[in-house]
Amino acid sequence: MHAQYEIQGGDFTKAGLASSEVKKMLKQLNLDPKIIKRIAVAMYEAEVNVVAHAYHGIMDIELNTEKIIIKVQDTGPGIADIDKAMEEGFSTASKEVREMGFGAGMGLPNIKKNADELILNSKINKGTEVKLVFYLNHQ
Amino acid sequence: MADHTFHHALKILEEVCIGCTHCMQACPTEALRVRNGKAVLNKNKCVDCGECMRVCPVNAITVEQDDFEDIFKFKVRIALVPSVFIGQFARNIPTRKIYSSILEQGFTHVYEAEHGVNILINAVNSYLDNRKEIRPVISSFCPAIVRMIQVRFPNLAENIMLLKAPLDIAALSYRKVLNERGYNDDEIGIYYITPCAAKIAAVKSPVGELSSAITGVIRLDSLYNKVYSSIKKEVNSSCIVPEKEQLKPREMTWSLTGGESRFINGRSLAIDGINNAIEFLEKIENGSISNFDFIELRACDESCAGGILSANNRFLVSERLKERAKQYKLDKKEGKIINNKTIRQNTEYLLDHISIDEVKARSGLMLDEDMNAALKKMEKIRQFTNYLPGIDCAACGAPSCKTLAEDIVQGNAKTLDCIFVQYAINRQESSEKMNDQMEKIWGTEKLNKLAGS
Repeated sequence: MHAQYEIQGGDFTKAGLASSEVKKMLKQLNLDPKIIKRIAVAMYEAEVNVVAHAYHGIMDIELNTEKIIIKVQDTGPGIADIDKAMEEGFSTASKEVREMGFGAGMGLPNIKKNADELILNSKINKGTEVKLVFYLNHQ
Repeated sequence: MADHTFHHALKILEEVCIGCTHCMQACPTEALRVRNGKAVLNKNKCVDCGECMRVCPVNAITVEQDDFEDIFKFKVRIALVPSVFIGQFARNIPTRKIYSSILEQGFTHVYEAEHGVNILINAVNSYLDNRKEIRPVISSFCPAIVRMIQVRFPNLAENIMLLKAPLDIAALSYRKVLNERGYNDDEIGIYYITPCAAKIAAVKSPVGELSSAITGVIRLDSLYNKVYSSIKKEVNSSCIVPEKEQLKPREMTWSLTGGESRFINGRSLAIDGINNAIEFLEKIENGSISNFDFIELRACDESCAGGILSANNRFLVSERLKERAKQYKLDKKEGKIINNKTIRQNTEYLLDHISIDEVKARSGLMLDEDMNAALKKMEKIRQFTNYLPGIDCAACGAPSCKTLAEDIVQGNAKTLDCIFVQYAINRQESSEKMNDQMEKIWGTEKLNKLAGS
C-alpha cells in the first residue's frame, strides 16, 4: 500500500498531523503495539525536523506485510555534515537557543534508535531525504 | 489474547430513538451507526464514556443499573457513596442528614468511596519511583479513559498505572472489616452510587482484575431524586447515623480535576474532557511528552462532578465540594473531626491488594486479524474515501464518509447508502430546478466527481 502526506515547513502548529494519520492506519492493521510505538516516535521526529528546518516536505509511506518504509523528502537547507548530525548531542542551535531547551541534538539519534534502518541523503541548499525502514515480523 | 466480550452500561431505547445521528457524531470511538432508523452500538468499540447520552435530544440513551430491590437480598447493605454525591447538595444541608436519608432507602451502612485515597497517594508515588522506565504514567482512576486507551491507543496500555482506584480500595477494606465481624461474603452487598456509565462497566467486567469487591451499582441520579425529595419534604428520618469518620479535604476533592495530580512528587498534569484527553494521548504517543511523570486524565468535563449521571450542574457540584472541604478545616479547629481508623488499621492488607494486572489492548480499530487482508481492505477504504463527498453528513447512517468507506469494505454498508452518490447517479433524470439548487449549495465540481466515478 502506498500513501503520501504533505508537511509544511515552519508551521509548528500543524507539526505531527501527517504522523497522526499514518498512526491511525497502523492501528487498523493489528500490528504489535510496540512496533507502532517505535514507528510513531521516529516518524514524528522526522516530521518535526522538516517543520523546524525545511521549507516544504513530503512524507511517503510504502507498506506491505514485511515492512514499512517511510520516506521524508524536503526542500530546504540540507545537512552539512551527516556523520556529525547523527551524533548524540550535536546540534546546529546556538548556545542561547539551547539554554531555552531547544536543539538538544537528539532528533536524528532518536530516529536511529527507533527505526530498524535509517538512510540519510542530503544536498546543501537543496534538501534532505530521510528513509526509515521498519521490519514488521522479526522478533 | 484480547477479550472479546465487554459489558456495557449504555443502552439505547429503541422505542424512543428517533435516529437523528447526534450520538453517532459525538462518539469518540465511532461505535455508533444508524440502522432501520435507530442508533445501534458496536460493543467492541464502545468505551462507556457516555458522550452519546449527553447529546441525545430525546433521552433515548440510558444507563442500566442493578434493580434497587436486589439490595435486600443481602443482610448487610452498603451504600458506597462518592463525594460528588454529597456535592449535589447545597452546603447548608448537613452530611448526616444526607446519610440518614440514604439509610432510609434501605441501606444498612453508608461508607464514603474515597477513604482509600491516603493509602493510594503513597502507593502512587512509590509506583512512580519503581517504574522510572515508564513515562508518563497515566492514572487508572477514570474507567472511561482506561477503556479509551485500550481501544484507541493500544500502544499506551503499558503506561496505565496498575493500581486500584480509591473506591475499590475502600470496598475491599469494608468487606474485610465486615468479614472480621462475622459476616460471610454472600451476606454483604456493597453498592456503588455511580456518577458515570463507565464505572458500571468496570464493576461488571473489571480491567486488570478477576472480580470486583463491589456487588452492584446504583445510579447517582436515581438515588439523588429519592434522597433530595425526602429531605425536601422534611421526612423525619428514623435512621440514626452513627458518629462516623469524615473525609479529609484531599479525599473529598480527589475525584475533581487536579485531585490526583496535586499529590504527585514530580511533574504532573491534569486534563479533563474526553476530546482534550484524546488530543493529549496523541502527543504522548508521538513521544513528544516524555518529561512528565504522571498524567491525570478524566473523560468528563470537571471530572466526576460532570459525570453523565451527576444530577446537578458540574461547576456547582465542584464548587460545593471545595467549600465543604474548607469546612473541614474549621471543624478540625473545633475538635469535631473523627479520623478514619478502619482504613488505617488495614493499611498492610490493602497495600498487598492494591495492584491490578496488566491492562490489555483491545482490538477495536483492527480491520482484519490477517495483515494481508487488512492491507487490502485499507487500500479499498482509501479509494472509497476519496470518492465519497467528504462532508460527513451522516445521512448514510455512519458518522463520517471515512467510516462509511470502512463499513462498505467490511461488508456492513453499500455505496448507495450515500445520498450524494444516489443523487449523482440520477442527476440526468432530476429536474433542472433541483439540479440548480444542488449546484448552488455543493458546487458543480463535487457533483461531477461523484457522477463521474
